[in-house]
Amino acid sequence: MQLVKSELAPRKSRPRQGVGLHKLLAPYFGTPGNVAITIICLALVALIAAKAISWLVLDAVFSGNPATCKASVGACWPFITSKFRFMVFGFYPYEEQWRPVAALAIFFAACGISMNPATWGRKLAAFWAIALLVIFWLMLGGVLGLEYVPTAKWGGLPLSFMLSFIGLAAAFPLGIVLALARASKLPVIKVLAIAFIELVRGVPLISILFMASVMLPLFMPDGFTIDKLLRAQVAIILFAAAYVAEIVRGGLQAIPKGQYEASAAMGLHYWQMMRLIVLPQAIKIMIPPLVTLFIGFFQDTTLVVIVGLLDFLDTIRSAMRDPQWQGIAVLEGYVFAATVYLLFSTIMGAYSRFLERHFRMGHD
Amino acid sequence: MKRMTTRMLLAGLATAFLTSVTSPASAQATLDAVTKRGKLICGVSQPTPGFAVPDSKGVMTGFDVDVCRAVAAAVYGAPDKVDFVPTNINTRFQVLQSGEIDVLSRQTTMTFSRDNSLGLDFGPTVFYDGQGLMVPKQLKIESAKDLAGAAICILPGTTTLQNLADFFRANNKKFESVVFENPDENRNAFFSGRCDATSSDRSDLASIRAVANNPADFVVLPETISKEPLAPAVRQGDSNWRDIVSWAVYALIAAEEKGITKDNVDQQLTSQDPEIQRMLGVTGDLGKMIGLDNKWAYNIVKGVGNYSDVFERNLGEETPLGLTRGPNQQWTKGGLLYAPPFR
Repeated sequence: MQLVKSELAPRKSRPRQGVGLHKLLAPYFGTPGNVAITIICLALVALIAAKAISWLVLDAVFSGNPATCKASVGACWPFITSKFRFMVFGFYPYEEQWRPVAALAIFFAACGISMNPATWGRKLAAFWAIALLVIFWLMLGGVLGLEYVPTAKWGGLPLSFMLSFIGLAAAFPLGIVLALARASKLPVIKVLAIAFIELVRGVPLISILFMASVMLPLFMPDGFTIDKLLRAQVAIILFAAAYVAEIVRGGLQAIPKGQYEASAAMGLHYWQMMRLIVLPQAIKIMIPPLVTLFIGFFQDTTLVVIVGLLDFLDTIRSAMRDPQWQGIAVLEGYVFAATVYLLFSTIMGAYSRFLERHFRMGHD
Repeated sequence: MKRMTTRMLLAGLATAFLTSVTSPASAQATLDAVTKRGKLICGVSQPTPGFAVPDSKGVMTGFDVDVCRAVAAAVYGAPDKVDFVPTNINTRFQVLQSGEIDVLSRQTTMTFSRDNSLGLDFGPTVFYDGQGLMVPKQLKIESAKDLAGAAICILPGTTTLQNLADFFRANNKKFESVVFENPDENRNAFFSGRCDATSSDRSDLASIRAVANNPADFVVLPETISKEPLAPAVRQGDSNWRDIVSWAVYALIAAEEKGITKDNVDQQLTSQDPEIQRMLGVTGDLGKMIGLDNKWAYNIVKGVGNYSDVFERNLGEETPLGLTRGPNQQWTKGGLLYAPPFR
């Protein structure tokens, strides 16, 4: 039996190079099958786009009242414009709504500054502390000439941001501690950490919020209630901490054992090893799952409706219940919500990719 | 200096936060606590057309909301001294028990077990509702008894499904329930023909029908398959507070019966009718007896109007809900509203 070919393979011409039109189109129109699939997909896209554009723009009503909307088949944008401030700020007193605007502006500015890794350090932490203090003062008032606005009246977009950002920011250090505790060699600490993480992860967020809002006050002494927003915020922090802990644990496990041994050989004790060697490497790995978690929480804050707080999606749903607009504008509210959520999620996603590039992760 | 301001700011914030932390709950003291706080805290529905819904400025309006405003007017003389807390259908009673709210005015049906096992007391019925059924006209159905085997769209209510099941079992018929989590889905499913009928409280059916492209295409069937007397509730054990809430409602009803309206209440102060005089605090000490100002009922009518004003403004035929008074009519006109005498 002959295993070696005796004659040369037939010569083929050199593959065509360059980025001509044919090269771009080849994957789509290369074979009759591909041509068919492409045409079907294009037709579907055109169909959906045509419907969407005619609903969103061509047939849409841009100014008017519920009656003009009812007469039209397109989208009803006056609903959004007339309800805009309620959707964004909820029950926050109408005349005082410059305060959440200012608070959001400070918050976005602080986020914008912190996005540049060159600014990270002690000064930034101090800046954030001051910024948060000013934001709370603006929102809550009661001192220095601002009218007191109880937390029960906070709502809309500022509430969504507050619950998710403060939730994750506070959950992060707690999560790291939990993850380290879970990896600890001390059995009591380890078991406690495992119990907490598994218990919290095994229960849906809504039931934790329910416990915090309904059960907790029943255990309190008569006449003593804890602020509702605070309860929801603490519930979200504890919940997020369990998830952060598992992400951190994954990050820790990805660090080669040699790193631990080398730092021990250098004479570093446990906290030095963690702070200087292990965590800085692990955190880089954790960025994508952390951002995913964050985007999820940003949208999950809607569940605080069970406590009677209205976040951004809840205020939009409330606006739809106005009898003047009921049944006329349903999709428009959700389109508005989706646009805003998409905008912020996209920014977060893009920033996460920037950070990954910045730290040059991966093996390239 | 700079540190000082920061510290003052912190201290101020902490105080502001802590004041929101403490709130009243102990029995017999609700009126004191409410007076001291300067604001009534009222639990209402999560936005529901006609009963509790925010306007474009975030100000709550609605039938249940106006009941709260009446209580605030009675206590403070100002109907806008209320903070509204939207309560979830599953947690509404706990929120009341734990002392977070002073009154629950939330489309809540008074029933025996709720009154006697949940640590709360109901005030007088403010709205007589009942579960009904609505069908598309083209089905040519005239009675709920003809709905054998029908698919019925409902919301996951507390008693909606149970009432339907009881009704159909009593008539030895079958039906299929299609449950929707959200009112918009329920409505669209019904309009698009996914179900043969939809069932809810009659007030709710009216609001569903009102938003149809052509409301005349749908009919509400004559049967009322359950009694749903909606009433405000307070914590059990503070009968003074319960009296205040009850008589605030009675004042709304009696004002209509006596022809006192938001517009003519000032003229009525000179009325010769002794009951009107007592009610409006011109003579007698009725207000003092329940720990309020003698002008309490005057303030209610001045602030929110009488029952008819409240009904027509939020639910009446001029509104998108377009409800007729039905059983919610004065007893003198064949309805069920009957306020005890003010003497």
